[in-house]
Amino acid sequence: MSDITGERGMERRLPKFIRRIDPAVATAFGCILLLLAVGSIYSTSFLSVEYLLQQLKVASFLGVIATGMMIVILLGQIDLSVPWSVAVGGMMACAAAAFGHVGEVLAIPFGILCGMAIGLTNGVGVAYLRIPSMIITLATNAVAQGLMVVYTGGFSPQDSATTAMRYIATGFLVPGVPNAVFIWALIGAAAVFAFTRTTFGRSVYAIGNRERAAYLSGVDTRRVVLIAFVVSGGLSAFGGVLLAGYASKAAQSMGDTYLLPSIAAVVLGGTSILGGRGSYLGTVAGVILITLLQSILSVMQMPEAGRQIIYGVVIVAMLLVYGRQRRTE
Amino acid sequence: MKEWRFWLAEQRQTLMAIGIFAVMFAIYVANHPAGFTANVVQTAANKSVLLAFVAMAQTLVVITAGIDLSVGMIFILTNCLASWLVVGGAGATTLGVIAVLGSGLACGILNGLIVIYGRLQPIVATIATGAAYFGIALLLRPYPGGSVNEDLADALTGKLFGVVPASLVALAAVVLVVWVPFSRSVLGRAAYASGSSEPAAYMSGMPIRRAKFLAYALAGLLASIGGLFLTFFTYTGEAAYASGNAYTLFSIAAVVLGGVSLFGGKGSVIGAIFGAFAFRTIGDLLFVFDFDPLWQPLFQGVVLLIAVSLGAFGLFRVRNRLEWFG
Repeated sequence: MSDITGERGMERRLPKFIRRIDPAVATAFGCILLLLAVGSIYSTSFLSVEYLLQQLKVASFLGVIATGMMIVILLGQIDLSVPWSVAVGGMMACAAAAFGHVGEVLAIPFGILCGMAIGLTNGVGVAYLRIPSMIITLATNAVAQGLMVVYTGGFSPQDSATTAMRYIATGFLVPGVPNAVFIWALIGAAAVFAFTRTTFGRSVYAIGNRERAAYLSGVDTRRVVLIAFVVSGGLSAFGGVLLAGYASKAAQSMGDTYLLPSIAAVVLGGTSILGGRGSYLGTVAGVILITLLQSILSVMQMPEAGRQIIYGVVIVAMLLVYGRQRRTE
Repeated sequence: MKEWRFWLAEQRQTLMAIGIFAVMFAIYVANHPAGFTANVVQTAANKSVLLAFVAMAQTLVVITAGIDLSVGMIFILTNCLASWLVVGGAGATTLGVIAVLGSGLACGILNGLIVIYGRLQPIVATIATGAAYFGIALLLRPYPGGSVNEDLADALTGKLFGVVPASLVALAAVVLVVWVPFSRSVLGRAAYASGSSEPAAYMSGMPIRRAKFLAYALAGLLASIGGLFLTFFTYTGEAAYASGNAYTLFSIAAVVLGGVSLFGGKGSVIGAIFGAFAFRTIGDLLFVFDFDPLWQPLFQGVVLLIAVSLGAFGLFRVRNRLEWFG
């Protein structure tokens, strides 16, 4: 951070279109290429179109969840209720499916609605009660877990996913391209539109930079924060619905493996954890990066222990490279 | 104001935590079929002490306005490590205990290095290091197992003179050896100051970075004492992901119940210990009132939610809306 003037001087000599690229996003895409190269050494089928599309399908579940996380992180907050929002989404959608024909139609919206309810609790706590987001989301996560434990009686849930849920997660509208990828593309496009073209999106960035200034500029900051958390909860639950469709049923701990990856994807994509800065393209890069990393570790037949260690080390290392805060002094 | 009133104002939160615990424990004992006996107290103490150690660890970091989401995983890691090392004769056991505490301290030091000198946000950094610590734990104990020096374990989980639970004595000893010197040292005061107002502490020339670093390092050490005691209670090591996460979560709940401000600069380890005791008593209360154990996670979650929402009462005193944004 000390040689900002030096960097600027160098930047001025570069063509304009290169100067506009965020170095973090470029690094993330560079790492993706590196991972692809490493992966192709281990397995020749790593670079085949089928395998890459399969990876993209797996990435789209994380992508949907990370989109919600990104909105919250852009505000300078964090959503630690992702694990059980995902599980609640999947489990409640499957539970609704058990109620005959009507339940089958309402399964997906009901799952998302339950996630939005969790998000609403988070949002009220953060925006109106001014509780630190990290704490209130941990608490709602615990409550959601408690509710699900009571609901299932401690056993793994018995209901299975509806055909519609299976179709959006694993079906093929266009031969060769899984539907989940389309879903992610749609949500991603909506997110890009919201971030760049709507008052809501610009307010999110403004609040992330300085909430006080946004408030004084006439933004109803509390409402924006509330909506952001509701959207995040809804998207997490939708990710859970997709996952339940993918596995044909919901499981108690299905969301546990999505908390760290979703935060990591957003942060590795160059979004500042302090809020106010970041692009959706970066999050896309982060999601693909994390998915490829997971895939390579499983191709290498790395046991779970090694995966966790590499995961933690890689995230800390990449953050140290470009995610550091400015000096406070 | 008189001197004692200053003291009372400073300790109000801690005294409240002690009060909450006393009331809850009284209800518990009054409804327990065995009543107030040494055995009931010993069982309650042994369950609570584990959370108390992890909560102490969390408190040190929270005082500096940080957070350590890896305490639960350090707790699990040192449990797995202790199930390998704290075995054999007196000499080997002593070395084992030192190694376990040393590795807990090392985990804390690593967190401190990354957060303070690497300038990363504590939330993300400690979630990531927590994942790595859990990976190491899983490497050490892919399946639950191992053993521990049972003489030492029984001595530290039994009763002194047939009355006082030994685990409580150990807890008090740790408070005397770690917390009292820390809170009275220059670095301890700097930790409070930097949590209360970092710019002011910086302007006053306080050693902010060293203070925060020490807080993270000691948090690792305290979590490892908790891990050691977990091994003494269970005689085994287990890399349980859910349990690690639960301890991290409960440590935050205990800290909040114990009157330690999550914004930093307020509260004490003593409060957090009683917060931990109170939180554990909630579970026991459900048990004596014959609730279905299935409801326990929900009940604990709701208590946590209410406890963190109570902090919002300060908002009613805000005169200028801009103070919302701190």
